[in-house]
Order: sequence, then structure tokens, then C-alpha cells
Amino acid sequence: MAEIHVMISSCERNVGIATAIRRKPVLANFTSKLQQTMADEDEVKLFGMWASPYSRRVELALKLKGIPFQYVEEDLSSKSCLLLKYNPVHQKIPVLVHNGKPIAESLVIMEYIDETWTNNPILPQDPYDRAMARFWAKFIDEKLLMTARKVSFASGKEKEQVIDEITEQLKLLESELQGKEYFSGPSIGYLDIVASVLVFWFGNVQEALGVDMFTQEKFPIIFGWIGKVFEIDAVKECRIPKEKHLEYIRTRLEALKSASK
Amino acid sequence: MADELVLLDFWPSPFGMRVRIALAEKGIKHEYREEDLRNKSALLLQMNPVHKKIPVLIHNGKPVCESLIQVQYIDEVWHDQAPLLPSDPYQRAIARFWADFVDKKIYDHGTKIWRTKGEEQEAGKKEFIECLKLLEGELGDKPYFGGENFGFLDVVLVPFYSWFHAYEKCGNFSIEAECPKLIAWAKRCLQKESVSKSLPDQEKVYGFVLQLKKVFGIE
Repeated sequence: MAEIHVMISSCERNVGIATAIRRKPVLANFTSKLQQTMADEDEVKLFGMWASPYSRRVELALKLKGIPFQYVEEDLSSKSCLLLKYNPVHQKIPVLVHNGKPIAESLVIMEYIDETWTNNPILPQDPYDRAMARFWAKFIDEKLLMTARKVSFASGKEKEQVIDEITEQLKLLESELQGKEYFSGPSIGYLDIVASVLVFWFGNVQEALGVDMFTQEKFPIIFGWIGKVFEIDAVKECRIPKEKHLEYIRTRLEALKSASK
Repeated sequence: MADELVLLDFWPSPFGMRVRIALAEKGIKHEYREEDLRNKSALLLQMNPVHKKIPVLIHNGKPVCESLIQVQYIDEVWHDQAPLLPSDPYQRAIARFWADFVDKKIYDHGTKIWRTKGEEQEAGKKEFIECLKLLEGELGDKPYFGGENFGFLDVVLVPFYSWFHAYEKCGNFSIEAECPKLIAWAKRCLQKESVSKSLPDQEKVYGFVLQLKKVFGIE
């Protein structure tokens, strides 16, 4: 960042000089070269995994903001030295590395992205609306997704209870969409990006598990929102390929089941 | 229009303490209401229908739930006094990362120490100390996690200090022996009025934990 400040001051000095001698074409050329250098110097890397909804949501945030980045696919069965170096505490993806500085945890990464690249803000401006967005994001991650994971391991009556719990949680979430185009209001934002797990991941997991609770009949408002969200190019680009995902989930389930025997 | 602020809280809750500290740091007038968690008030259930938990911060009739969200809300609304989060986006991300770490690890491992026995308790103690050591590493030589000034991560972590004596008695170990820098940091924080007035006495917390153990049938 220090280098960029030096370059900006040098640019400002050059603006003064250029105006004084009226070399406009030279100034225009210098400014565009400076912008290109700054863009080149802003190095953004995302360490992710194709089937992870947490990884996909960070990709979506970057794409919605038009931030160029290099994507690094991690093999979670054999994590790279770089990943372990950048996230020694949790050793998980996603990790965003901006000019060599790592940030971990998808919700933390998303707030960093919004504060660093201030175009197309994804979080609301009003502190109360921000608090509500953060509340429901936390609800999705700590309640809904945690409960959803239990479905894989449960059977019989316990499975029914877990499905009831998820249904109740989805209903609560759906009430947040009442009267709104998107969770974030008239346009897509932070909470839609967090909730994209419903778009990318939920349906596939359900299909792989042979569970039939996440349906249009039961959740018409959420499904209406999914339809809208899928019209957005960035969302289409971040879609997890369905067949590949189904196979992946089934393979993982088999591995979990044989490990527990 | 004067701001109306009500905090629904429970005195031994480290999550409630975070909000108390943040409000005190910024000198924000508010009404404190103690909740009986065995008999939750209609107001609590109305203001936090999703989780039915304290703390709940009610600002001009509108509820904010979840302590990390509440502290950030307070910091954003009353942004001119005693800022808690740093202004640099990367430093903010670091503070949020470690706050998330404290939330995911410290409370659960600490609970294992007083709520379990034998191998499970030993595992809880080991994990608890490992987490505190990681936090000590993050503190480094700084007086506070926030650097020269008391900040967001200090607010998030220091309430657990009021539970350390209870953990030590239940787990029969010394946290200071393992993490002296962290204890020094906590004592430094306690010199601030906002912290000393927001944290209950450690013996009182230990007494509360002993009562809880009776209720749960743990010796």
C-alpha cells in the first residue's frame, strides 16, 4: 500500500507539471499506465474448493464487485503448504490473499472485500440494517447449515426430527424475504451471497440424500428468490456443477458410513 | 430525540459483559435489565424470538441480538467516541477473525472444564490452554489486542477472565502458569473502569458455577 501512496503522490506532482506544460496526451497515457500498474499490483488470490458453499460465496462477492482474482483449487485430502501457511489456525478454505496478506473465514472475508473495494457495496449503509444482515448470515451458518449436516448422520425418528428442525429454520429465513426482491432489498447483497448456499448446495445435498423437504411447494418465496438470483451472470458463473456435486456428496457419504462401521 | 437503550442481560454471561463494556467505553446511557433465564421475560421472547437468549440490545424499540453483532453495532452508531474496531480494513479483518475464533473455541472448551470429568475434562483443559496460547501469540508484545488502545478483540475476550478462577478450581490447574502474558493483559484491562464495572467478581462466578454443577448433577 505504501508503494501505491508514493505512486499517487508522484502522479499528483506529475499532474501539476503536465498541466503547467499542457502535455495532455502524455498525461492521459501516464494515468492509464498508472491505473494498469495499480491493477497489476493489486494481487488477489482465492484458495477455495469447488464443492464448498463457503468458497463459492467469496467467489460470488468478488465477481459481483468485478474484482480480478486468481483462483487456486485446493485438494482438501492433501492441503497445500501455502494454505497451511496462510491459515495455520483452522487450516481451511476459503482463504483470500490480498497482496500477500491472508484473510480467513468467509464472513470475515466478505466484510473485508466490501470495505476494501467500495464499488457496488454488498452490506447496507445503515448500522441497524447491517446488524440484521449479520444476524441472519450467522443464523444461516450456525443454525441452518449445522442442522443440515446432521441429516447425513441421522436415521429413522432422529432424521425426521432433524428435518423438522431444518424446515422450521428455513421458514424463519423465508420470513426475511417477505415483501422484498432479495434478502438485501431491491438488489443482491451480502445476505443473498451468504444465502447462496441454498442456491448452490442445499438442493444437491437433499437429492443425494434422497430427502424431499426443500421444495417449491413448501418454500415458494425462497424458490422465487432462487429463480431471480440465478438470472444474475455472476451467480451462474459460480454454480456448482450438479452431477459432479451429486457424485461427490455420495462418495463422501459412503466414506463416512464405512468409517463409522 | 433522546436515544432509548435497554440491555437485557444475565450477570455471569461473558457475552453480556462484552456489551456492558462497549457501552461503558463509549459512555452510553442505558437501562440494564437482569433476566432470570429459568423464567424469561415476555420482552426477551418478543425481542429475540429466534434464539430466546441474552444479551439483547434494544435501541429505540428495535432489537439487536448476538454479542459480536451488538458490539459492532454500538461501534458504528456511536462511532465518534472510543472507536473499538481499527480503521484499516485488514486490521479489522484480523480483529473479526480472532473474535470469531474466541466465539468458536473459548466458551465451549471452558464449559467442558466445569461440566465434565475425567478424560473429557482433561481434553477440555488441553484445548482451552492451546487456544489461549494462540491468542497470546496474537497479542505479542502489544499492551492490548487493539494495539496501544483497548479495542474490539479486547472487549470480546476479557469477559472470560471473570470465569478463569472457576475453570481453575473445577479443572485443578493454573491458567497463569500456562499463559502469564494473557493474565497480565487481563489485569491491565481491569484497570479500565469500563471493564472493572462490567465484570463480576470471580468468586461470585465460581459460586454460580458450583450451583450449576449441582443442577446438572456434576460433582
